[in-house]
Amino acid sequence: MSILEVKNIGKHFGSTEVLKDVSFSLEEGNALAIIGSSGSGKTTLLRCLNFLEKPSQGKILVKGNPVFDASQPVKMSEQELRRKRLHFGMVFQAFHLFPQYTALENVMLAEKLLAQERKDFKTNKKQILEEIAEHGNALLARMGLADRAGHYPHQLSGGQQQRVAIARALALKPDILCFDEPTSALDPELTGEVLRVIRGLADQKTTMIIVTHEMAFARDVADQIIFMDEGYIVEQGDAKQVIDNPKEERTRQFLSRFSQG
Amino acid sequence: MFGTVTLELMKGLWTTVQIFIFTLIFSLPLGLLLGVGSAGKWKILRGVIQVFVWIIRGTPLMLQLIIIFYGPGLWLGHNIWSGNEAGRITATVVAFVINYACYFSVIFRGGIEGVPAGQREAGQVLGMTKSQIFFRITLLQMVKRVVPPMSNEIITLVKDTSLARIIAAYELTFAGFSFMKSAGITWPLFYTGVFYLAFIGILTLLFNYIEKKLDYFR
Repeated sequence: MSILEVKNIGKHFGSTEVLKDVSFSLEEGNALAIIGSSGSGKTTLLRCLNFLEKPSQGKILVKGNPVFDASQPVKMSEQELRRKRLHFGMVFQAFHLFPQYTALENVMLAEKLLAQERKDFKTNKKQILEEIAEHGNALLARMGLADRAGHYPHQLSGGQQQRVAIARALALKPDILCFDEPTSALDPELTGEVLRVIRGLADQKTTMIIVTHEMAFARDVADQIIFMDEGYIVEQGDAKQVIDNPKEERTRQFLSRFSQG
Repeated sequence: MFGTVTLELMKGLWTTVQIFIFTLIFSLPLGLLLGVGSAGKWKILRGVIQVFVWIIRGTPLMLQLIIIFYGPGLWLGHNIWSGNEAGRITATVVAFVINYACYFSVIFRGGIEGVPAGQREAGQVLGMTKSQIFFRITLLQMVKRVVPPMSNEIITLVKDTSLARIIAAYELTFAGFSFMKSAGITWPLFYTGVFYLAFIGILTLLFNYIEKKLDYFR
């Protein structure tokens, strides 16, 4: 069974249709890259998965369980919405680290808040907080940032900030980690360190959806690629096949612009 | 004479300080509530707050003070404020709280709207509740943004307390002025100015300290 199934998702803002009949599925441990020009609906699709936008049509299933169904609108309680959200992690283009917290505090914040709701929190407070700190430090170490735990975001480079943001997104162990153009806000010399980290996650079979403009990276790291244009999925398939031998004329046009540099 | 003047000015200062402190205690949270409401998504609430803020900011504080102090007596037939100094201070504080809450609300709204939407979204995708997002993420970033404009308003508040004289509250300016009337001397007026300068000097140091404390993040 696929870990994620997206069925006929549509989204419009007023009369502007941003997503049209988008369907795909993702297997556990696979990485999916979404490519396409700006305004093709890639980011909106990710935002729909993270409940930052509400799709106008369609269904989203995680591990076979519906987490969203536009045909059966139910008023979700905040608790329920939170639980569903935690299936997904999100890394934003502009990082959105919390500036008043250190790198480590950024990573630990959500986990701490969840732990406070545990019944045994009061009795085992010290131990629980120690475990969370250990986990946070381990995540930062995995991102190559062990020595930056006490730094505030403004003291870090863009690439370091984005790696902290990845650690933060991993902290709650999401089933599916989403990246929204994770390197687009970075200087070219800093994209490498972030892409290396994402590649490392792919090697460890992290289930991921990556919206990106880095075609070579998408080809190497992703298992599948979706090419979107004007809100539609034009083509989807095996990553290397889509990049090297696109079936659709529109995909070929898009990719040729990249290979020309 | 100097001793007498100092003593009287201290009395006036005490009233001024009471008006100042009680106004802050109540108008800051009220202003925050109004600010959150006017930055929120309920259109009706936003409209109501907007009209209210327009009325309060659009009319003189002295006029509001007169209405609040004398109005109840004329409408209800009996004065709700007791006739002593405490009653006058209470009426002043009520008028000031309403007035300052409106000014503060606009500053708070600006502060809240100045925190990028991405901050809230980052909290949402981490499964944080609305109140967790407000208290753990937005609030401190907002506070940092509002300290400079707030310090302006709060310094103005110190000097606005002199308006309480219109309803005969014995505040600092009233105390200094009384010597001109009774003894025909003007130097206590300048001495009164020194009291205000000292008061505001201390506040300025406090604001500098707060700004410095919040300087650890951007």
